[in-house]
Amino acid sequence: MFAPQFGYHRASSVAEAGELLRSNPGAKLLAGGHSLIPVLKLRLAAPPALIDIGRLAELRGIAVDGGSLRLGALTTHAELAASPELQRHAPALAQAASVIGDPAVRNRGTIGGNVAHADPASDLPTVLVALGAAFEIAGAGGERTVPAAEFFQGMMATALGDGDLLTAVVLPARPPGQGQAYVKFAHPASRYAVIGVAAALTVSDGACTAAAVAVGGLVPVPLRAPSVEGALAGGPVAADALAAAADRVAADLGDDLIGDVFASAEYRRAVAAVWVRRALEAAAQAA
Amino acid sequence: MSAKIFGSGIRRREDPRLVTGSATYTDDITLPGMVYAAMLRSPHAHARIRSIDTAAAAAAPGVLAVYTGADTAEALAPVPTAWLLPDSDLQVADYPAIARDTVRYVGDIVAVVVAESRYQAYDAVDLVAVDYEPLPAVVDPELASRPGAPQIHDGIAGNQALHWTVAGGDVEAAFASADVVVEERIVQQRLIPNAMETRSAVARFTRASGELTLWNTTQNPHIARFICSAVTGVPEDRLRVIAPEVGGGFGSKIAVYPADFVTVFCAMRLGRPVKWTETRSENYQATTHGRDHVQQVELAATRDGRITGLRCSVWAGLGAYLSTAAPGIPTILHGLMLSGVYDIPAVKEDVYGIYTNATPVEAYRGAGRPEATFMLERLVDRLAGELGLDPAEVRRRNLIPRFEDGHPVVTGLTYDSGDYPAALEKLLAHAGYDRLRAEQAAARERGRHLGIGLATYVEICGLGPSQVAGAIGFQGGLWESAIVRFHPSGKVHVFIGASPHGQGEETTFAQIVASEVGVSPDDVKVFHGDTDNTPMGWGTYGSRTTAVGGAALALTARKIKEKAKIVAAHLLEAAVEDMDYEDGNFFVKGSPDRGKTIQDIALMANVSWNMPEGVESGLEASTFYDPPNFTFPFGAHLAVVEVHPETGQVDLLRYVALDDCGPQINPVIVAGQVHGGVVQGIGQALWEEAVYDESGQLVSGTMLDYALPRADRLPEIEVLSTVTPSPHHPIGVKGVGEAGTIASTVTVYNAVMDALRPFRVGAVTMPLTPERVWRAIQEAQGG
Amino acid sequence: MVKVPVAVRVNGRLYEREVEPRLLLVHFLRDLDGLTGTKVGCDTSQCGSCTVLLDGMTVKSCTCLAVQADGAAITTIEGLAAENGALHPLQEAFWNQHGLQCGFCTPGMIFAAHEILRTSPDPSDEEIRHGLEGNLCRCTGYQNIVRSVRAAADAMQEGEG
Repeated sequence: MFAPQFGYHRASSVAEAGELLRSNPGAKLLAGGHSLIPVLKLRLAAPPALIDIGRLAELRGIAVDGGSLRLGALTTHAELAASPELQRHAPALAQAASVIGDPAVRNRGTIGGNVAHADPASDLPTVLVALGAAFEIAGAGGERTVPAAEFFQGMMATALGDGDLLTAVVLPARPPGQGQAYVKFAHPASRYAVIGVAAALTVSDGACTAAAVAVGGLVPVPLRAPSVEGALAGGPVAADALAAAADRVAADLGDDLIGDVFASAEYRRAVAAVWVRRALEAAAQAA
Repeated sequence: MSAKIFGSGIRRREDPRLVTGSATYTDDITLPGMVYAAMLRSPHAHARIRSIDTAAAAAAPGVLAVYTGADTAEALAPVPTAWLLPDSDLQVADYPAIARDTVRYVGDIVAVVVAESRYQAYDAVDLVAVDYEPLPAVVDPELASRPGAPQIHDGIAGNQALHWTVAGGDVEAAFASADVVVEERIVQQRLIPNAMETRSAVARFTRASGELTLWNTTQNPHIARFICSAVTGVPEDRLRVIAPEVGGGFGSKIAVYPADFVTVFCAMRLGRPVKWTETRSENYQATTHGRDHVQQVELAATRDGRITGLRCSVWAGLGAYLSTAAPGIPTILHGLMLSGVYDIPAVKEDVYGIYTNATPVEAYRGAGRPEATFMLERLVDRLAGELGLDPAEVRRRNLIPRFEDGHPVVTGLTYDSGDYPAALEKLLAHAGYDRLRAEQAAARERGRHLGIGLATYVEICGLGPSQVAGAIGFQGGLWESAIVRFHPSGKVHVFIGASPHGQGEETTFAQIVASEVGVSPDDVKVFHGDTDNTPMGWGTYGSRTTAVGGAALALTARKIKEKAKIVAAHLLEAAVEDMDYEDGNFFVKGSPDRGKTIQDIALMANVSWNMPEGVESGLEASTFYDPPNFTFPFGAHLAVVEVHPETGQVDLLRYVALDDCGPQINPVIVAGQVHGGVVQGIGQALWEEAVYDESGQLVSGTMLDYALPRADRLPEIEVLSTVTPSPHHPIGVKGVGEAGTIASTVTVYNAVMDALRPFRVGAVTMPLTPERVWRAIQEAQGG
Repeated sequence: MVKVPVAVRVNGRLYEREVEPRLLLVHFLRDLDGLTGTKVGCDTSQCGSCTVLLDGMTVKSCTCLAVQADGAAITTIEGLAAENGALHPLQEAFWNQHGLQCGFCTPGMIFAAHEILRTSPDPSDEEIRHGLEGNLCRCTGYQNIVRSVRAAADAMQEGEG
């Protein structure tokens, strides 16, 4: 397909990118382009200009600082998946990154672009919500940090405003005894998540001391599952206990389920618990 | 040497250009002064066009012209169908290349923009303003045939394009006296062929000479020339159609399309070469689809499992207009195969070909035969379930016994040769069928749901005798031709009328020549796909290129050999009847050391210094081969699946394909055809569907929505074969291009239904997506 | 719209052009010196026919703007064989194993295979199939493509050993 015309500006710093955003109303940021270019090609959007931040070295890299990880917004999915630090400190995120799209897509797509696009069928947001990540944003009024749970506001809607640039994702490193997992029911054509579940279970002496569970693909935003978490906390990590906890996800889903010709809302609601259970089992296994 | 070349899995001669990016596909062609066309296509399934305003588009940067139906109405004749099926009350609707007052499917061409670049052409397409008055639409063929359905074409009542019947034996009596009758309603969902190369055309018109060259993604350039001449008025002698490298077809590149004619029209109007290449989304709307049957089927049998009758009605969606071969696909290629590999005394089928507000339907790999095989093999499994018999055993009790030279069946066909029991038994033995059943039972004890699916099939291929073509209304012949030309150095050029596009005949045809006259296959170059330098031929579809074109070639090589023998006898001063031949060497019997090689003879025949009395110079021959009958490849397939009832997910664990296509010229290429065919059939069972909503919008409009088989969802396919030569074919071959597809859909379907037996699920509509399987389980348990 | 200068090294040769910002890398490449080996098979990044190497790693060139490749080194299928024409082991393996039929997906498939072997020189069949998930082939059922990648891996390891 053939995108409509747009202008092009290449930013040489985060500060310049911000200035370009503010001086080009309606302009879009271009990082890897793997969320934006398909939209342009299908002529679903026609921004007057793109601001290319793809070469900003300051937005790259994975850093471990004590108990937290800082991921530059331009870190690619392939880099996330292959990172020994991530595999050690946030394995669910590495797993999720490894099942996005395909190898060529993972070579180009970035965590910042992915998160800013906020597609409910995306993989990383689900994990970031489960793991309690936060997003560093450079905006007109300076820098601020927004927790993942507040960042995702609706279908393809985020806390990013005009002139805002997502610079990094920060998340806590996995505490001792915590097992993490991401499981995905992929759409057979698009490879996006019909259902994605991220789980982090902290286990001590066969009992779950803390649980974080989030689901994606089911409602317009990645969603924590407090009923599941509540049922897990303090209980055993035996198979039947995990299954019983997983069944509680129905209470967390609300009424706004996504459906399409491949998987209706009714079906997604009905099988969500199975996928949650699979994620819990995998996380418990990894703990 | 010859014995080794025939049957040897040598590397393909096509591949060096393909693995280096040096091959030229249509969209790779750039001509001096070339400009680009983009089509504006209807966003409505059914609407009246009130007005079209092209002014803004015409004024856009780089735009040379914008044309609408008003411009092409006089210049282009209606797009014809080439299969005028007799005795079917065929109603051919007017099919303008560009819609004039009404659009009838999402994708109907409304206007064309020609610009200096493709980007500019698409920019301008967005600027064409069309005022539509939407009309009610219908896309389901059964619904479209009912009273009160939206009327798609004036004067065609009930949207019925055709009603065709096939019958043999006393089917009413068979059902009246049956011990058991099983029935099923089956939906063969609409599929999108998805050749990886989308369609493309490049047209160059030379005004001074009136000559037109059309490079086109076609499976049949000679048919394309014939039809393009009729539609555009360019005489056939000035019209050259070239099928350059063609990136797969699977039936979707048989038709000659409106966009091809529109591209030609633009080139003729503008006097500049014009290229049009569809995008994938456009391909989904505009390039023909496949299948789209609603089938109501009943099967009658005795208590001990002998099939006594088959009766069915089929509503075949044909889309908004009749594509080139459309009327013959759900009828001749479907209904005549009703009785399959079984000895069934009575059958009857009514086929209703129905216009719908959807993309036209054409041949798609298998073309009618997978749909027929599905009905029969599904019902045989139902019968087995009803009688409590093993599905393999029911098949055994009904198979036609081995035959070597003709077996008439109830639909009127005479199958050429077959050994269906041997195929089934070899498949079952290889798969370890009894062990699989034991494993299945053990797995069920542990709560796992394995399913084993079987299907046997026979297909009609090698289309076909031209006399039959005429009798069934095909507006062309079905012979093939070949020219073999030896150059002085003994190198060979072969020219064929068929037009392979991935099947590897540049290699297998070189093997045929090599095995017949003893040259190296490396010394044989095969030319195809250009109407100016190949003899007439009817194209590559229906698994006919090797079955018919290969026969033409083998007979031609034998003519060469006969002439070479005469020349050799002359050179050796011997009598022709004293000559012997082995591996390219012509010699007097008993004296192989003092022979003449085919290369020696090629040189002598070309320089012609010393030819026998009355023998022409040169070493060249040609043949027009019109087969005396169709060929009938057959086989048996088996699949093992696991179904996860809690989500409805299906895992395909194992697939075994046994196909008998007669002697295999190149078994590696044969296996490759089987792999691809099987996977396409699996795709129909599990993933693929062209989904329209009720208003006729194509919901599965991109590759993001339409699920094609991918590498990570498939097991290794185990390929087996038996070899039963066709008695009437010079080298016995039957064709294999479609074989894998014929049985694989129903094999996988039967496996899933076998896994679901404990749940007493009746039927599930394809594709067997997790939700559909899950829902069927829920409904069966709930009710 | 203002055109933007780009300098891209393709198969070792530097090309400097002025391009519209919206120009896709795949169209940029296909318009260069007849480098039409890179194919367009879809419009949604699903089929992988347009896969090339960008600084040694695969990219779907239909989902990359030419301006994004400014300063990069691209390898297309035309640049994979050695300068003396000797085929790359992957090309040789696809030929030997009948890993292609119509050939349209093949350039992209070969680069997908290249990426598999770059990240995992001795992959299992399962890894190969997973690594091919972004590339569609309608002819082969993938079976001989998997074999081709396996054969190339063996050949390349032998070559190194």
